[in-house]
Amino acid sequence: MARYLLRRLGLAVITLWILSMIVFFAGQVLPGDPGRAVLGPFASASAVRAYDHQIGVDRPLVVQYLAWIGGMLHGSMGTSYAYRSPVGPFILAAIGNSAKLAILALVIIIPLGIAGGVLAALYYGRAADRSISLLGLAASTVPEFVSGIVVIILFGIALKVLPITAATPPGSSFLTQLDHLILPVIPLVLVLFGYIARMARAGTIEALDSDYARTATLKGLRKGVVIRRHVLRNALLPTITVIATQTGYLIGGLVVVETLFNYQGIGRLILTAANGKDFPMLEAGVLTIGVVYMVATLIADVLYTLLNPRLRSEAAG
Amino acid sequence: MTQIAAAPGEVAIGHAIAGPTPPWRLLLRRPGFLIGTGVLAFWVICAIFGGLIAPYDPLAQHLLAKNAAPSSAHLFGTDPLGRDVLSRVIAGARDILLISPLATAIGTVLGTVLGLVMGYFGGLVDTMLGRIVEAVLALPVVIVAFLFIVAVGPSSITLIVVIGFVFTPLIARTVRTAVIVEGQQDYLASARLLGERPGYILFAEILPNVLPVVVVEFTVRLGYAIFAVATLSFLGFGVQQPTPDWGGDIAANYGLLGAGYWWETLFPALAIASLVMALNLVTDAIEQVISA
Amino acid sequence: MTGQPAEPDAEPTLRVAGLEVTYRVRGQDRPVVRDLSFEIGRQESFGLVGESGSGKSTVALALTRYLPRNGRVSAGSISVGGRDVLGLSGPELRDLRASTVSMVYQEPGRALNPSLRAGRQIAEVFEVGGADKRTALDRAEDMLRKVQIADPGQVMNRYPHQLSGGMAQRVVIAMALAAEPALLILDEPTTALDATVEAEVLDLVSGLRREMSTSVLFISHNLAVIARMCDRVGVLYAGELVEDGPAGQVFGAPRHPYTVGLLRCIPRRGQRKDHGRLDAIPGFLPPPGRAVTGCVFAERCALAVGECHQAAPPAYDVAPDQRARCFRHAEAGDLPRDTPPEMALPDTAGAGEPIVTIRSLSKTFTVPGGQVRALAGIDLTVLRGETLGLVGESGSGKTTLARILLGLSEPDRGSVLELNGSALAPDVRRRGRDQLAALRIVFQNPDSALNRRHTVRRLISRPLARLAGLSGARLTERLMDLIRAVRMEERHLTMRPAQLSGGLKQRVAIARAFGGQPQIVVCDEPTSALDVSVQAAILNLLADLQGKEQVSYLFISHDLGVVRYLSDRIAVLYLGRLMEVGPAEDVFRGPHHPYTEALLSAVPSLDGQRTDRIRLAGEIPSAASPPAGCVFHTRCPRKLPTGVCEETEPPLGEVAPGHLMSCHIPVQTLRRLQRSAAEVASGG
Repeated sequence: MARYLLRRLGLAVITLWILSMIVFFAGQVLPGDPGRAVLGPFASASAVRAYDHQIGVDRPLVVQYLAWIGGMLHGSMGTSYAYRSPVGPFILAAIGNSAKLAILALVIIIPLGIAGGVLAALYYGRAADRSISLLGLAASTVPEFVSGIVVIILFGIALKVLPITAATPPGSSFLTQLDHLILPVIPLVLVLFGYIARMARAGTIEALDSDYARTATLKGLRKGVVIRRHVLRNALLPTITVIATQTGYLIGGLVVVETLFNYQGIGRLILTAANGKDFPMLEAGVLTIGVVYMVATLIADVLYTLLNPRLRSEAAG
Repeated sequence: MTQIAAAPGEVAIGHAIAGPTPPWRLLLRRPGFLIGTGVLAFWVICAIFGGLIAPYDPLAQHLLAKNAAPSSAHLFGTDPLGRDVLSRVIAGARDILLISPLATAIGTVLGTVLGLVMGYFGGLVDTMLGRIVEAVLALPVVIVAFLFIVAVGPSSITLIVVIGFVFTPLIARTVRTAVIVEGQQDYLASARLLGERPGYILFAEILPNVLPVVVVEFTVRLGYAIFAVATLSFLGFGVQQPTPDWGGDIAANYGLLGAGYWWETLFPALAIASLVMALNLVTDAIEQVISA
Repeated sequence: MTGQPAEPDAEPTLRVAGLEVTYRVRGQDRPVVRDLSFEIGRQESFGLVGESGSGKSTVALALTRYLPRNGRVSAGSISVGGRDVLGLSGPELRDLRASTVSMVYQEPGRALNPSLRAGRQIAEVFEVGGADKRTALDRAEDMLRKVQIADPGQVMNRYPHQLSGGMAQRVVIAMALAAEPALLILDEPTTALDATVEAEVLDLVSGLRREMSTSVLFISHNLAVIARMCDRVGVLYAGELVEDGPAGQVFGAPRHPYTVGLLRCIPRRGQRKDHGRLDAIPGFLPPPGRAVTGCVFAERCALAVGECHQAAPPAYDVAPDQRARCFRHAEAGDLPRDTPPEMALPDTAGAGEPIVTIRSLSKTFTVPGGQVRALAGIDLTVLRGETLGLVGESGSGKTTLARILLGLSEPDRGSVLELNGSALAPDVRRRGRDQLAALRIVFQNPDSALNRRHTVRRLISRPLARLAGLSGARLTERLMDLIRAVRMEERHLTMRPAQLSGGLKQRVAIARAFGGQPQIVVCDEPTSALDVSVQAAILNLLADLQGKEQVSYLFISHDLGVVRYLSDRIAVLYLGRLMEVGPAEDVFRGPHHPYTEALLSAVPSLDGQRTDRIRLAGEIPSAASPPAGCVFHTRCPRKLPTGVCEETEPPLGEVAPGHLMSCHIPVQTLRRLQRSAAEVASGG
């Protein structure tokens, strides 16, 4: 088991390393001259050179990359061009806010998506299945800002039952904060519902059609026992992996939802940094998202292995 | 219903009796496919003949009639610059329906070639490319895309190239899996026993067999491409104002929602929703027919 | 109803009357089982024989009311112990499944829940019966003991993937018998198992059936297995029971042309290609659910007359307790033979010149956690024009050997491969066109071996262009020759594999192999994916082509009857080692290697001749950790008490001219032991 974990961790580290190079390449190399970008077209050439030297972009690429990644490893994520102060605290605060939104979305979507998918599978081909499948398909393909606009118009403007911004004054109570998060969570939930329900449905149908489900039914077990003990146990394993992958999509959605609802999370931070060409902030933010995704898939992989007896014994061997 | 069993799967004996029905005929029997195609066709017509259909010039500003609510003169109302929203919705179909398919096509071609190579050769090539694919997949498509767009500056070409490149690893991964499944088939051993070259094996033996997967992948990714183009435009990295564009128009006007000017954002939003839903109805039907 | 069976005194365990099952496909009802009636008496075992698409598995599913979503019983009745199965309510049906009817089916590995321990799954049966968890687990362990699992305590705690095929099937059987059902349905229970394991499982089922006085419905495509296991038998063709009666009568004096033809298709004990061709049933199996007027078998039947095409024959009582659905049942026994003309076979005795030489061939696979020696020091030659049969169970390395010979897999260093005396490169990419053309293969599964996107024309032309360098008119000419040689027609050329039946697909594969005038063709289980009635025609074709093209075969099969029919010499592999090689008749007649002896006695025979002289205990050891000494010693029933078998690997020694064996036991001793065993068996 330990060997498997180490191997899996090693792969994640390699992937993360490649990711860091992609981010660095896009952020440091492609934009050309950061000094010009920050100081604007009217700054003198010598001022630009001085600025470039100050932030170190006139050094060889490899040196720059090593300095950057070395800083990351020591917890120093660089200095924001825009704020002229360390990036770290901004990222930390933003991640905290995003986490609230993301966790709320996951808490709602995981049980809902699984229940929807399993229900659809149990009523395969009938009205309940058709409507869940079609609804899920529709919901998952509409961009978050579109469904966001629709819920804002519906609940915030026509019905006036919920606040249309996610931001709350400092020191608001938990319930007030929750109140403000309900509308932003809906677009996230809608997009994820389709994916998770689809996977849960496919897994359940496959398990229902399996020989072992037949064995269990022909033993004379009640339908409920067959489904709980024999079908779901095997059907929902692949869904775990999907949920982890969906964390990635969730973060992509955060950029949009946080912008639409004016919420200070990591997505909005990245977007602001991108618009202001604040590359250190942008790179640190994107890399952080990569790390979160890696950790999520790593946890899912380990969980999947632990819950699957076949893989568990292979991993142990 | 006394059948208490968790019902087992259908038995398909149809092929053997009737012979395989051509796939397009099966498609025409699905209502979802017909509705989806109808809506798609409507938007394609808008994209091509937008100028002829639109009641007004989508760029013409009427500062006296700004933020006008829907009326018989302006069915969808007007925006803060007094432009006709209906005309902008019709004209807004053009760029998204141009950029998305081109981007998807680039991604599909590159991804298919990459997937074929990774799946067939395996080994070191596969491992190394696999790590890069994994790394790109670690980021949401929208974020990878705008990381690059920020760096090189937004334009339609950038959008096409960047989305195409971001899709490449995603499509490659799916094709690779399909190729590995094919790799276990004896017809590949047969081809090697005839001394066939790798190029022939990849493109004449394997490709025709994974083509259904590629077709499904193209249609699925086309949906994502529309999703991504619309989202990037909304975030300000896509089609630039004043060109009519659904995502861009929403971004420009959603701040006015609080003032009650809902029509300026709702109609472009519904346009996007109808386009992606229609496309997914078609995709779903194709997928069902191919897998049946 | 003409065919209503006589009413017995006691209520039979199972009574099926006028059963019709239909599948709804694209809005149309397709009947796959029609007007099926039979009974199984108390403690009786009834065999249902049929080829693919005959509807035999559908019958089993209908009996347990577990038909697929689109299937339903559209007419008839099923009663088990007097209870009307089709009229049961939900809870009553559950009770029937829990206590009265059990089922075992083909893939034991898939029948078990992959994420529950074996013991837990058996215990569930007792829990349904009302036992508490502790008692249920104890009784589950007792059940495992009953199915002769050596270490029940350990197996209780294993997950299905940790069990071998034979072990898993024992667990499934334990589960099925746990509730002491009145009726046990076995649907191809041993088809996925190796011959020696199959023999053991069949013995186990016969024993337990008597012990628990259970009635059995045994469903199989294998006539010999049915003959061995069943008191009475029914023959199913295209959803209809064409003949039924006592097993001995039906197999001994069949009265339906289909049964007669089916029995003639199988190479009988001792039948060989130089004794003449096998009989084949012309045509193909009809697809399931096709509507027919008249007799379902009429279009393939040599006896069919006008009447047969117009009306469905009723079931005639043709003998005591034997019925046949045939107007011409009286003449069925004299069914004209569909035997192809004889063809001169190459004279292999005089040739003696080796085409392929294999010396000290080894193959080691590296797997996580160690190395697997799939082949160890094999020496073999294939002579010009002969057929070398390669026999062995799973893990014996026979397919690995074929792949290495073809260059699809590289052997270990030091292995020597020669074709006509010149070295064969280990990698197919480094072999020249002549070598590629000389060494061809027919794979087991034509669905996998033929690219499903290519037409028959393209499939057959490509080797002609690549290997024979043909093009234009000469290519077309040779293409037509080949098509005729494999008895196909020009209209097939534009078809794709999906439009062809299994037998036709295999003909295309054979045509591909013969395109470049090969010297040796590897046949890797070429008929095991085919139905029995189609198999004979393919074997005949292979024999004919051998005569015409003077080609050698390396013929790999697990079916000893088929191997014996086609082979001139036979090599027996076990765990990657050569146990025995010699002229076919010597290997079959004996004295043979104890493993060969076990293989031969594991195969059930149709002749009613008892063959179960020796049985192998346990499972085939893993190739990753083969036993020391003689690899067969762990299962060898004739192991020497001196300990030499455990310590030293026996050399391959010549026991008769051209007959080599790898065994410590002197050949005279083997001859004596095997002769007396045969006498005991036939005497008992």
